[in-house]
Amino acid sequence: MTKHRPVFLELRRIHLPVGGVVSILHRVSGVLMVLAVPVFAWLFALALGSTAGFETASAFLAHPLVRLTLLLLVWALLHHLLAGVRYLLIDLGLGVDRPSARRSAWTALAAALAVTLMVAGGMLL
Amino acid sequence: MSRRASGLKAWFLQRVTAVYVGLFGLYLASHFALAPPASHAELVRWVASPWVALGLLLFIPILLAHAWVGIRDVLMDYVKPIALRAAAMTLVGFVFLASGLWAAQAIIAVRAFQ
Repeated sequence: MTKHRPVFLELRRIHLPVGGVVSILHRVSGVLMVLAVPVFAWLFALALGSTAGFETASAFLAHPLVRLTLLLLVWALLHHLLAGVRYLLIDLGLGVDRPSARRSAWTALAAALAVTLMVAGGMLL
Repeated sequence: MSRRASGLKAWFLQRVTAVYVGLFGLYLASHFALAPPASHAELVRWVASPWVALGLLLFIPILLAHAWVGIRDVLMDYVKPIALRAAAMTLVGFVFLASGLWAAQAIIAVRAFQ
């Protein structure tokens, strides 16, 4: 492997195409959900363990900051899922040409945000 | 095993696990978003039902395998010092193993007390 490969990382001069944005957000959303894994495992076992544990878990999940974090995780799940389905379809040879790939990237990006907004609305009601 | 073979295996594993994690994950998210269990008894009844218990017990290792391949790729891309990378991977491995076992024992305990 070459030691000195060219690296261009001037973030303000890189114009990432929409597929690139979807890709990096696929990573970001995956990392966010990885961070949530131990918390969800703990909450799940706590809520399942006893009536008192269920009440503690419910109270924790009702906290406004936790609700906001849950909303972020809802977006992470939706974006990761939609971008993931897009990658599976592209791996199968569907929608590989540039116009289709651009369109599906915009669709995944927008749909994840739109459904997250709907969930946010539902949380406020 | 060559690096290339292990990379291709991981690539394939990531796609196979994605299908189950996607489908069952969507079921879990919609269950808790649309009809969250209102009491401990209701949660226990749902988890202890055979198909949900089986689905959850399968979900734990499949999700963790998917998450492991993903986070491993991220760590290999961004954490270059080898000691730091090894430490991060060890930590993630322990946290994943502990999380998975903790969630699984809760399901098995609920089934045993039915």
